[in-house]
Amino acid sequence: MAPDNALVRLETKRLTALFGRSPAVHEVSVFFPTNTVTAIIGPSGCGKSTFLRCLNRMHELSQGGWVTGSVMLDGDDIYDAGVNPVVIRRQIGMVFQRPTPFPTMSIYENVAAGLRVNGRLPRRDVDAAVEQALRQAALWDEVKDRLEGSAVALSGGQQQRLCIARAVAPKPEVLLLDEPTASLDPAGTQRIEELCHELKQRYTIVIVTHNMQQAARVSDYTAFFYMGKLVEVNRTTAIFTRPKQPQTEAYITGRFG
Amino acid sequence: MSGRSTRRRIQSAVMTGIVGLLCIAAVAPLLFIFGNLVAKGASSIDWNFFVQNPVPAGQTGGGVAHAIVGTGIIVGLAGLIGLPVGVGAGIYLAEYGGGKLGWIVRFLADVLNGTPSIVIGIFAWTWLVKPVGHFSALAGGAALAVLMVPMLARTTEEMVRLVPNSLREAALALGYPRWRTSLRVMVRTALGGIVTGALVAIARAAGETAPLLFTALGNLNFSTNILQPMQSLSLQIYVYATGPFEEWHRLAWASALVLMGLVLILSVSARWATRQRHGTR
Repeated sequence: MAPDNALVRLETKRLTALFGRSPAVHEVSVFFPTNTVTAIIGPSGCGKSTFLRCLNRMHELSQGGWVTGSVMLDGDDIYDAGVNPVVIRRQIGMVFQRPTPFPTMSIYENVAAGLRVNGRLPRRDVDAAVEQALRQAALWDEVKDRLEGSAVALSGGQQQRLCIARAVAPKPEVLLLDEPTASLDPAGTQRIEELCHELKQRYTIVIVTHNMQQAARVSDYTAFFYMGKLVEVNRTTAIFTRPKQPQTEAYITGRFG
Repeated sequence: MSGRSTRRRIQSAVMTGIVGLLCIAAVAPLLFIFGNLVAKGASSIDWNFFVQNPVPAGQTGGGVAHAIVGTGIIVGLAGLIGLPVGVGAGIYLAEYGGGKLGWIVRFLADVLNGTPSIVIGIFAWTWLVKPVGHFSALAGGAALAVLMVPMLARTTEEMVRLVPNSLREAALALGYPRWRTSLRVMVRTALGGIVTGALVAIARAAGETAPLLFTALGNLNFSTNILQPMQSLSLQIYVYATGPFEEWHRLAWASALVLMGLVLILSVSARWATRQRHGTR
């Protein structure tokens, strides 16, 4: 696929993810252009979530998880010896399938949680960053009067937008979304999808989804995974109108998966 | 109505009745003990009982101020020593205890948890009393701490393990270092349960007698010197209840009621502490 002269923010080179001795993702090489949304689709168990977790070094936290190959962030391999995965995870934010607000923290503290890991900041800066993040996550108007209130009292959709705010508050370069709407109702799903369009102005987004309509709605590029392999990646319109691989066509037309 | 349906209704009613009776059997001893204590001890409790020290045998009156303060000091020492060790070990077991060392520590904690308290008392005597040459409140506190540590470690571990793993992943994905994830997210989320576990352990230690027999020994006088023998309520009860005087028996009942009341207050505050969650604010 041609990157249309866009800068490449993130790129994998023959990335293989393993659990112990069994590989879950085989030699995937793909790149993610700056300020675009790339959807990763495929049937359950095809390795799409595992692949996503390799992009911010979360996979190695799983039991027996390790990788070969490389992941280049702005040209540097995040798996190089001497690279601190904790620092990488501050540059590459992640939102999970289920909302995970910290239950002991207020809404404000949740959003500020990732800001303070780099050391103490003046209260004014934190306030500003929290407001900006909540605005970016389209949650500010709903919570601005209850910032000190409990985060778990929010609805599921609000909690997920809170998690997005928490992920974008430290101003990462890349945002990884792992089926972010899987536990939300249609209204909540729609808000998150709208957010993707706005957030890609600032971030490079990779979204895993099992919902092909969602992929078609939110993404610029789509990668189709099957049995741990990257079958095809292209502009989303191309994938959905004239897929090159018969497997891709079979999946998007609903003949399997 | 069919016969089968009737039989099921009867079965259900019989089982509910049996379970109800068993519940009553389970709480009856507590009610009986407490009722008995109130009946026999309450009449001896007045203000003087809390603020005065004992009078010589044969005289009436006097109080157990020295034992109440002594229990507070000894249990306080036990908490000071036991809480950091026990809670720390529990956090380690929950967060890093997957390997062989974790397995060993967990196994030893379980063994220690099942060790009779009198054995712990003898152990404390051998190591903390005999070499020093005299009994002390500090040795008593240490013995109670040994008793508390395995309880604290296992309840803390279980409370931290109850915190969903998704919270750990969320914190790590934010760029939290592992130790910060453990403390700021996992332990903080489990804090209510840990506090309850700690208060239960303290309440249990406050009622122990056997470990103190060989360590704190007891004291007829008011003492706050932790390097000297010290009285505790449990020791006081033991001495008074086994003594020859009617007056002492009366004081033993009253002391038992006070001790029971203290433990009850701790248990109730444990419940209250867990109720106070950010989530319900």
